[in-house]
Amino acid sequence: MRLEPINNPSFGRKLVPSALALSATIVIASLLAMIAGANPFSVLGLIIKGAFGSKFALLETLNRATPLIFTGLAVAVAFRAKFWNIGAEAQLYAGALITVLLGTGALAWPSGLILPVIALIAVFAGANLLLVPALLKTRFGVDEVVTTLLFNFIFLLFISMLLEGPLKDPMGMGWPKSARLIPEARLPRIVEGLRLHWGFALAIISALCVWVIQTRSTLGYEMRAVGLNKQAAGFAGIPVNLVLVKTALLSGGLAALGGFSEVAGLKGSLTLDLSPGFGYTGIIVAMLALLNPLGVVIAALFVAGIFVGADSMSRAAGVPTYLADIMLAVALLLMVFAIMLTRFRVVRD
Amino acid sequence: MDIIDILFTASFWAATIRIASPLIFATLGELICERAGVLNLGIEGIMVSGAFAGWMAVYSGTGLWVGVGVAMAVGMLFGLLHSTLTVPFGLSQHVVGLGVTLLATSSTYYAYRLALPEVTSPPKIVAFQPYEIPLLSDIPLLGPALFSQTPLTYLAFVLVAVVGLVLYRTPLGLAVRAAGENPAAVAAQGLSVTTIRMGAVIIGSGLMAVGGAFLTMSAFDSFFFEMVNGRGWICIALVVFGSWRPGKAMLGAVLFAAFDALQIRAQQTSLGAQVPYQIFLMMPYILSILALVVMSRRAEVPAALMVPFNKGER
Repeated sequence: MRLEPINNPSFGRKLVPSALALSATIVIASLLAMIAGANPFSVLGLIIKGAFGSKFALLETLNRATPLIFTGLAVAVAFRAKFWNIGAEAQLYAGALITVLLGTGALAWPSGLILPVIALIAVFAGANLLLVPALLKTRFGVDEVVTTLLFNFIFLLFISMLLEGPLKDPMGMGWPKSARLIPEARLPRIVEGLRLHWGFALAIISALCVWVIQTRSTLGYEMRAVGLNKQAAGFAGIPVNLVLVKTALLSGGLAALGGFSEVAGLKGSLTLDLSPGFGYTGIIVAMLALLNPLGVVIAALFVAGIFVGADSMSRAAGVPTYLADIMLAVALLLMVFAIMLTRFRVVRD
Repeated sequence: MDIIDILFTASFWAATIRIASPLIFATLGELICERAGVLNLGIEGIMVSGAFAGWMAVYSGTGLWVGVGVAMAVGMLFGLLHSTLTVPFGLSQHVVGLGVTLLATSSTYYAYRLALPEVTSPPKIVAFQPYEIPLLSDIPLLGPALFSQTPLTYLAFVLVAVVGLVLYRTPLGLAVRAAGENPAAVAAQGLSVTTIRMGAVIIGSGLMAVGGAFLTMSAFDSFFFEMVNGRGWICIALVVFGSWRPGKAMLGAVLFAAFDALQIRAQQTSLGAQVPYQIFLMMPYILSILALVVMSRRAEVPAALMVPFNKGER
């Protein structure tokens, strides 16, 4: 068996494998629901209803999608240049940390000033956190997959240390939790009365900016060139290492903005369970979006919908919520397989 | 107690060997995959699945060794999935590996919730017990540390020698190493690169799962969420640290384990009273990164690592 590239894939070839991959994901999820002793149709119905079925459900999904758009963008930007940033989790916490460091009273400015300043410094912190693995890669050839992964563990322990030490809220009844942000440092709601904050709008704007950078700027061109073929990019005069470092800075900054948005928009303080793995889920979001920044928004809504829907389904049908994670893993694996099928023909020899 | 005193206690060295054992299984597994040219980032999830499968089998009434076999079989299944996608179809080893980790972890947790819906604290099994090797275990300091461990620990160290011998002294090992260095040459010999690589990933994944099973069947006696806790990622660092050689990787695992055992004990000392415990917990991860920085410069990376091989392509 071998693979033959297809030069001009037909419309059907582009569409059918992906559609089959999503259908197969639903079939597998149904089988798993049956193993758990539930009716698969009602389980799938409950997931959809729990995610999009009411105004409350929809807002919950949009809120859950917000950090995933940021981490999804962070991963998409990095993976496009084949810089394997698996550390969006830590970078998100870096942004969250800056938000509580500056937003709990250290800066007593009006909203219009304090929010942009905190957001910028958060971006700076997240970018710098990824700068270390990036430089270790370009200077010493250390694989960034392992370093960014290990950084997640180190940085979460660091946050835990701060939350049990200098950052601990004296009013927190002994919980490892930071003080609450001052009202000026909170992101307001987009519409008064609806539980959706400006972080969501910021996420959409970020997606548009990344799309512009990727399709309309020299840096975007260089990032794609480095991702496609490092040697060729080097021969063409592209400073490969510099492009990788810039990519890392952009990626880390985007993830950190997600941390800022979660704390300033939703939670109001920092705890160790701020992120239930948004950084890792961002990888799935980015892959399902085929690394396209605008696709990230749609993929994040889809992924957030499955999580929110599975939570409410689990309460109603008694099927473990881990069904959501299995569905996403299966969807991820089948989608990369489907994408391969749109570009290659499998030939028997 | 002082830090220096800790180094001269038998319990410290016994703990070091115990902590090293699961790392050795999983590091050998990853090493076999990478030697054949495939990076297996499924390791973390495969360890979780092995930890659950082995423990669950014993809990349902099988013998301990059958449990190890069940864990290995489950790991091999995930290895089959990983290698089918990455070897003949040449999909991104990064993405597939992370996908396998997610799938193995979530399906394990799903199975756990279905098998034991109403438990607050997981039930215990009768785990592997230490077996004192006659005579050798009577040596002071060394005896209790090295020769009064569980059979699974002895197996881990025996496997280092076995994997080393197979890799460097047999035609099979040569074929595996060549698949990771120069797959075209392997194909020119009339051997199937696909079969060799898939086989290596399947066997390697089985060993990773046994590494996970060590946690629930030898180090502890029940299954907890998050119990693998990044050990898989550390094993990937250990493979680099060991320059893709089984013996060196074992030394790395023991060194790492010694550090881990030391930090646990250092928390109880007067130093531990002043320094936040998180600093101690961070140390193993920081050490891994430093080791990578030092070793990456002279590491002999398999030349075809992460390079898919497609017959008929030049």
